[in-house]
Amino acid sequence: MDFISILSIFVLACFVGYYVVWSVTPALHTPLMAVTNAISSVIIVGALIAALAAGSGVAKWLGLVAVALASVNIFGGFAVTQRMLAMYKKKEKKG
Amino acid sequence: MEHVAAVPAWALLAYLVSGVLFILALRGLSSPETSRAGNRNGMIGMGIAVVTTLATHDIASLPEIAAAIILGGGIGFITARRIAMTAMPQLVAAFHSLVGLAAVLVAAAAFLNPQAFGIADASGAIFGASRVEMVLGIAIGAITFSGSVIAFAKLNGNMSGTPILLPARHIINLALLLAIAFFTFGFWHSQSAMDFWIVVGLSFLIGFLLIIPIGGADMPVVVSMLNSYSGWAAAAMGFTLQNTAMIITGALVGSSGAILSYIMCKAMNRSFISVIAGGFGAEAGPAGAAAAIDRPWKRGSAEDAAFLMQNAEKVIIVPGYGMAVAQAQHVLREMGDKLKHQGVDVRYAIHPVAGRMPGHMNVLLAEANVPYDEVFELEDINTDFGQADVAFVIGANDVTNPAAKTDKTSPIYGMPVLDVEKAKTVLFIKRSMGGVGYAGVDNELFYRDNTMMLLADAKKMVEEIVKNLD
Repeated sequence: MDFISILSIFVLACFVGYYVVWSVTPALHTPLMAVTNAISSVIIVGALIAALAAGSGVAKWLGLVAVALASVNIFGGFAVTQRMLAMYKKKEKKG
Repeated sequence: MEHVAAVPAWALLAYLVSGVLFILALRGLSSPETSRAGNRNGMIGMGIAVVTTLATHDIASLPEIAAAIILGGGIGFITARRIAMTAMPQLVAAFHSLVGLAAVLVAAAAFLNPQAFGIADASGAIFGASRVEMVLGIAIGAITFSGSVIAFAKLNGNMSGTPILLPARHIINLALLLAIAFFTFGFWHSQSAMDFWIVVGLSFLIGFLLIIPIGGADMPVVVSMLNSYSGWAAAAMGFTLQNTAMIITGALVGSSGAILSYIMCKAMNRSFISVIAGGFGAEAGPAGAAAAIDRPWKRGSAEDAAFLMQNAEKVIIVPGYGMAVAQAQHVLREMGDKLKHQGVDVRYAIHPVAGRMPGHMNVLLAEANVPYDEVFELEDINTDFGQADVAFVIGANDVTNPAAKTDKTSPIYGMPVLDVEKAKTVLFIKRSMGGVGYAGVDNELFYRDNTMMLLADAKKMVEEIVKNLD
């Protein structure tokens, strides 16, 4: 992919982000932060590439540490979001 | 740039799918009903991204990677299960710092082993565009890391929440920024290792310096801003790796944090620049506090409060950070339930900056089993205070101060506030009359004829009220 294609994806994604985030209800802003935290750990992709590579020893170790850190975030972020979202309940209907 | 090691078309599609699933994860948060499905989409998206990466690379070190994932994932999962809901702001700050650090490590690994990332030619020279992208990624990552560590320390109480003001701090920060730009240019020009590591060092330093002058109650803005930075760091690394999942996610998270910062600033009627410049509330204290002593005010007891609320038709509860500190949300819900059983209409009003992060109060009330359709945002409930018999303020202060509407000299003038004074009676829980709110201004509300001060620890006072409701 050339730079312009990548830039196009980025700019369009910024607009998607803008509209999607404005539609998030304020009551869920804390779960929003927790889940954005989890998904930004998609940086694990880069960490895996570094850790998988044969070559340089230091780079590999840096990659492995990054994999561990990103995993804390991925598992922690999704789990805590799920825990929070499970607490939001509607009023019980009384007959 | 056809240099990137041939990634099969199916893998490119898979990364795109995972990017779309992340968009759906955020889209789900538009209402609590759809949010749980949204979160599952996010998990699936992450699974796809990880599996795709593993499947498209030669795996030289599977056991180590499995160990790293299990170790990190285990720590994250257990922490997420055990953490108290009141500690959510510091948990989020801690998570931000990890994203930042991971970005730093990935960028450093890409610098040390560029061939593995397909961003260098055979001689080891990194492509010009990749140099800029990786150095941006590492700089933003480093700022996110050190800034989040300070934010964590302030939120967790390891460090005082009062602003720490260095002399000439704006000049120092500006000089640091210019230096980062200069060495970034140097690295782009010559791929000098020294320039690279200098940028890293300076970025850690500026992240630290940016956050220490910012006070505790401005933390919602800071946490949102760091959230945004962690996104931009991921996006920069996505450019380096030409990975659509990372670019889409980075853009989503970056805009999300930016929008939250904007909402928080607007709710305080302050510009983003003034929040980031820091120091708010550090100087104003004494004048406001001194004025507080002489004016007459009314003190009420738990029995008075219980009596008033039992005989009310409509009660609006206004929670703030003090409720979180006192862990009073559960007993507050108990009070609300008792009142509801006695036929009182009970609702909750939440100011956008109540608490230490966006939506903090909503989570605490949800934790205490308050149905979310009884909880209202400022603009949806503010006109109803006129018809309310009792406004019950627990742990909030500045967000109820009528001076924001009338006193042009007040530091909080123009900030949207909850019109609690329009209720027939205001019950205001506060530890003592001496202290002032975060903004360092006295609250005129305390001295109104229709205000009754309940001086006690928030949790103890509500417990007393509950006893008196029987």
